[in-house]
Amino acid sequence: MAALSEEQQMIKDQASAWVREQAPVSTFRAMRDQGLAQGFFTETWQAMIDMGWTGLVVPEPYGGAGLGYQTLGLVLEQLGRNLVASPLYASSVVGAAALLKSGSEGQKQALLPKIADGSRLVVLALEEGPRHNPNQIECRAERASSGVILSGTKQFVMEGIAATDFVVAANVDQGAGKQGLGLFLVACDAPGVHRHAIKTMDSRGYASVTFDGVVLGAEAMLAGPDTGQAVLEAVLEIATAALAAEMLGTAAAAFDMTLDYLKTRKQFGQVIGGFQALGHRAAGLYSEMELTRSCVEAALSALDEDAQDVKELVALAKCKASEFLHEMSSQLIQIHGGIGMTDEFDAGFYLKRARVLENALGNAAYHRDRYAKLLNF
Amino acid sequence: MTDQTSNLETFRGEVAEWLQQNFPENLRGQGIAPFGGVEGDRAVEGDAALWRDRLASRGWGTPTWPADLGGGGLNHQEAKVLSEEMHRVGAINPIPLLAGMGVTMVGPTIMEYGTADQKQRHIPGICSGKVRWCLGYSEPNAGSDLASLATKAEENGDHWLINGQKVWTSGADISQWCGALVRTDSSVKKRDGISFLMLKMDQPGVETRPIKLIAGASPFCETFFNDARAEKDDLLGALNDGWSVGKRLLQHERASQTAARPTSNKVSGSLQSLAKSYVGETATGELADADLRVRIADHLMHTRAHGLTIARITAEAKGNPEVSAAASILKNSATRVSQERAELTLEFMGHQGIGWEGDDFSEDEIEHVRGWLGGKAISIYGGSFEIQNNIIAKNILGLPETTQKG
Repeated sequence: MAALSEEQQMIKDQASAWVREQAPVSTFRAMRDQGLAQGFFTETWQAMIDMGWTGLVVPEPYGGAGLGYQTLGLVLEQLGRNLVASPLYASSVVGAAALLKSGSEGQKQALLPKIADGSRLVVLALEEGPRHNPNQIECRAERASSGVILSGTKQFVMEGIAATDFVVAANVDQGAGKQGLGLFLVACDAPGVHRHAIKTMDSRGYASVTFDGVVLGAEAMLAGPDTGQAVLEAVLEIATAALAAEMLGTAAAAFDMTLDYLKTRKQFGQVIGGFQALGHRAAGLYSEMELTRSCVEAALSALDEDAQDVKELVALAKCKASEFLHEMSSQLIQIHGGIGMTDEFDAGFYLKRARVLENALGNAAYHRDRYAKLLNF
Repeated sequence: MTDQTSNLETFRGEVAEWLQQNFPENLRGQGIAPFGGVEGDRAVEGDAALWRDRLASRGWGTPTWPADLGGGGLNHQEAKVLSEEMHRVGAINPIPLLAGMGVTMVGPTIMEYGTADQKQRHIPGICSGKVRWCLGYSEPNAGSDLASLATKAEENGDHWLINGQKVWTSGADISQWCGALVRTDSSVKKRDGISFLMLKMDQPGVETRPIKLIAGASPFCETFFNDARAEKDDLLGALNDGWSVGKRLLQHERASQTAARPTSNKVSGSLQSLAKSYVGETATGELADADLRVRIADHLMHTRAHGLTIARITAEAKGNPEVSAAASILKNSATRVSQERAELTLEFMGHQGIGWEGDDFSEDEIEHVRGWLGGKAISIYGGSFEIQNNIIAKNILGLPETTQKG
């Protein structure tokens, strides 16, 4: 990134210090060991609220700081480094984006301040099958006299256990056999909403959520069938770029752990980083990390500037972040050898988190295909 | 408008007016062809010579170099304006090409290590575009292990006597001067007995032989020194400190190579549309070969990432990129961009991509084959792919050095 502003530097330093001192990987480990269904410590979340991170990208009129995605990326990267578990990404980034990109002024006024102060957790309920496919939605919103009736099941809803509200993507019947995508706001305690925790290998709070004939009033519709698809795409751009920033942090920490080990572990009477095979591998990983960082920063700044090529840059960022995190997390284990395989050591956490996030919002292949389509081939 | 931008706009006006009066119209859009082409083996005459001399008279062939040495004395913003205005009228700056290794590598190194006298004697010639420089680095037994070089220089009264053989001296047969790494002390560690000498190429003790490569004719030569002579005051840097001087010069080389160069500049248009023209497309507009499509997408994404990284490093250096260790990452990355593109192009051209000469192939196709072959050198010269990885491991990551001895 070109020089950080004073404010950005301050936020980055604050995040880095807090993560180092207050949220080491041992905190994540303790959360995992306790088997918390919500997938994070309430104290961790409260600390983030106190530091104002929950309102980082929420515009000032709605009670946030309106600082932009580059600044957000600085925080997410630091959180990714220590695998900090919290609903910050799912609600304060993705949930906020859903409200910002859709929603009437009244809906924004009602919910964004509560996302910004952390009192409501609004998360996107999108996925239905094993692979990210926003164009293949089975959830339905049938028109009824009072509004719509929502039915269907959403899978892998991030922070779906702690969520207070869901933004649900569902097909709306437009008559004459046509249907379009809509986005609906559903309170978690509405009659007909059922959820259960999905136990994933990375110990985060995923849920499967069923909407069993949930009756919604007209005010629940954030985006109707004429704008729903475009709104969802805009929300996913933000969600995807921000996720890439977190993944970059996770991968960068894995790189640092690996490099440190290469400089201290001795075999055959020398530190193993002196073996050319390992030195070259480290050089290759470092180069990929630098390339990935450029892509992630470019995507975040494209979001801030509403750049024309934002779609391409977001696909590029997620593809590169997925590829690099994949390779880096595998090498983290490989280079650490036997110790890397033990649960006592942290490497396994990084590997598990890596595969979960690689898959989220489209893996490398998905975004490579998307990039090719955007370039007309 | 600030004073600075208004000054820049005034400068832009001056440049535009000067170009209108001085740039020969019939060179417009002609590129480097009138200046001897890449090989530099044709004389520069007529309008081309006129343009070279006019540009040099303002120092604008080396716009940011000091004016008292023949440069333009411009700041980076002014130089950018100059370049934009030249681009606008279809003019190129031929002087970096005509000076061989002079503008990109030798000149910056002389300005850093040279005495006042050396700068006065050598820099203006480089700025004029009339003095071409080559580099005597590699030897038959000193490639990646450059420090093993054996070409020897001995003091002989008021000059040095040089004996030995260099190889891969690009443009040696058409250069007037050579910057050579030579051994001046054999009794110490390899790197501590090397010096950097500058010598004239036109003398009885210097003989050059062009090397033919897998792609055909090449700018490379073997260069033989047989009691060749270098003046005492043409030692650049301290005696036996040539390794630092030479390494610094290579950093300038890497800096100039970071922008990925097309291995063939003949094949134009986007890679994906060219691929479609050979491979065809599906009803939905996708490249017909799904496997190739993925690999082209991967390549284009890496290319984009490379470009974004150059932009990021430049921005982080506040628009004034100094030669840095990061250049080593960019060289390998640029190499991958160039070679991958060439391989993919060759692949999708199929049978049209195997031509050597003749009318069965288009000029672009033949040119591409030659470029693809020639491009294999990119990961070898200027510090091979593997040497770059050694440098990253040691200098950037701080890993111990066990692979280079001496």
